[in-house]
Parts: sequence; C-alpha cells; structure tokens
Amino acid sequence: MKQSVQPSMKQKFGVRIMPREVILDTQGRAVEQTLRLEGYPPIGVRVGKYVELELEGPPDEARSTAEKIAQTLLHNPLIETFILETKE
Amino acid sequence: MIGIVRFPGTNCDRDVAQWVHEQGDSYKFLWHLDRVADLSSFDALILPGGFSYGDYLRSGALAARSPVMASVREYAERGGAVLGICNGFQVLVESHLLPGALVRNENLRFIDDWVELETVSERGPWGENLAASPPTLRLPIAHGEGRFYASDSELNRLEERQQVWLRYVDNPNGSRNNIAGVLNEKGNVAGLMPHPERAIFSWMGSQDGRRFFARGGTKSHAGRG
Repeated sequence: MKQSVQPSMKQKFGVRIMPREVILDTQGRAVEQTLRLEGYPPIGVRVGKYVELELEGPPDEARSTAEKIAQTLLHNPLIETFILETKE
Repeated sequence: MIGIVRFPGTNCDRDVAQWVHEQGDSYKFLWHLDRVADLSSFDALILPGGFSYGDYLRSGALAARSPVMASVREYAERGGAVLGICNGFQVLVESHLLPGALVRNENLRFIDDWVELETVSERGPWGENLAASPPTLRLPIAHGEGRFYASDSELNRLEERQQVWLRYVDNPNGSRNNIAGVLNEKGNVAGLMPHPERAIFSWMGSQDGRRFFARGGTKSHAGRG
C-alpha cells in the first residue's frame, strides 16, 4: 500500500456577509442615490462585505471551523446573513 | 469603587472618570486584556464610548470578544451593575449582555448634537434617579451607528418586559420605537447611546448627566442581585 504523503493542507474560504432584507441598508441607498444622480435608471443596490479565511487542516474540519467563525464572529445574525464558499 | 473598562480606541474614559469623580466615587481603569478573576469589589462597571478596535468588522464586535469581557459577563451574571455608553453600549449588545443591535444611522451621517430624552423605565441602578422630575433629560449624542434595531417580536418583548430604558423625544437616527437606551431582563445591565458624562457642568450645556447617580454615588447598588 502506498503511503499517502500529507502535504500541509491549506484551504481558502470566502464569507459573503449581507445586511438582512428587513434592515434599511443605508450604504446601499446612498450608492443608489449617487447612481441616479449620474443618470442611471433606478438600480437596486445593497452593500455587504467579504471576508477571506485561510485555514490549515483536513478540508472537512477546515470547513466546519470556517462555518463556526462566520456564524459566531463574522456576522451578527440579528442584522446580517452570510454565505460560506470554498475557494480554489 | 467603579471599574472603567478600556479597549484600544476607547476615548471617553477620562470623561467618564471625571463624571464618577464628580459624584464622589473612586474609580479604577480595567484594560481589555485583563481577565480579572473577581470583580466583586466594584460597585459598578462602566464601558465608555469611543471606537474600540477601530470599529473593525462591526462596532463593538471585537471588543465584545476580549478577555476583560469574560470578567464583565461573570460580574453581570452575578447581578453587578454594568453601564455601557455609546460604543460601550455597542460592546454590550455584541456581547449579548443587552438585546438588539446598533446599526448605521438612517441618514448616514455621524450625528453630533443635543437630544431630549424621556425615561421610560425606572428599573436598574441608573434608572430610579432619572425618573424623578423633570421628566425629560438633555444629553449630547455623537455617533454614526446608533440606530437601535430589533425584530418586531423582540421589540414587543422588550416593551412588555420594561426593558426600554430611554427614548428620544425627537428620533435623530431612525432607532426603532425611538429607543435610546435599553436594560437587560434583570435590569442590572444598561446601555445608552447619549453621553451623560458630557453633561455634568452648566458650561457644557446641561448638567443632566449628574442625575444618573444617586446621592452618595452608586454604592447603594453594590452587589445587588
């Protein structure tokens, strides 16, 4: 049996954080107003944030760690939602 | 003795110290890295305003996870009096010691102004003095993210349980139900966006900040609960 060599495993994750629909997104509204001033037709704009995480370890573990970080620190469930994505 | 909690970026700590001193109380500063095993010798803890951790991620979010906050949590759970002012309020909300969230002002502006407040609840270590006449308070605000948000069901719960502490007479930032300050369920943890410590001498424009303290300081509240 071939011995599997374990390279140091690094996994990148992206966390998209958006304000909840029920919350007035003041930044999105301001960008929208500026676009209107620039002559664009009414455009819906919402502004969120994006966080990249780089974690070491087996992919499953890394993903659950990333999930936990996003859940408990990166987003505030009262006012935001998040989507976790695996990169590369 | 009142404990004043400092985070990197706290900038109202000296003002709060002066406020406490003016009421005849002594104070001690606590640093964000201090994991103090026992805070029970303090009559109250105050989290002053500022921009803890540069307001990175969300206002108060990183400060809420600092070592000293574990000590503050234990102190609050034992019934100790805790007050958060402005960014201190944001830290308490992010720590889940107080309900709701504080989001960006509706008009997108950082508001630096005077506001009129009405006291809704007399509960809590700082509430009973405020409820005495006159019925309203005049205090300054200075915040960009002071819009109090809670879901409909949460708001109803807060109103029913008398956890709304202070309301703006004329809502400056879009806070739901005009809320300027809230209490936890037990009433020993309180937070407000206005700055009582900036209203203690007549030359400041108001002395209503003095009304938060009972005559003889907060000592009468020591170890309550």
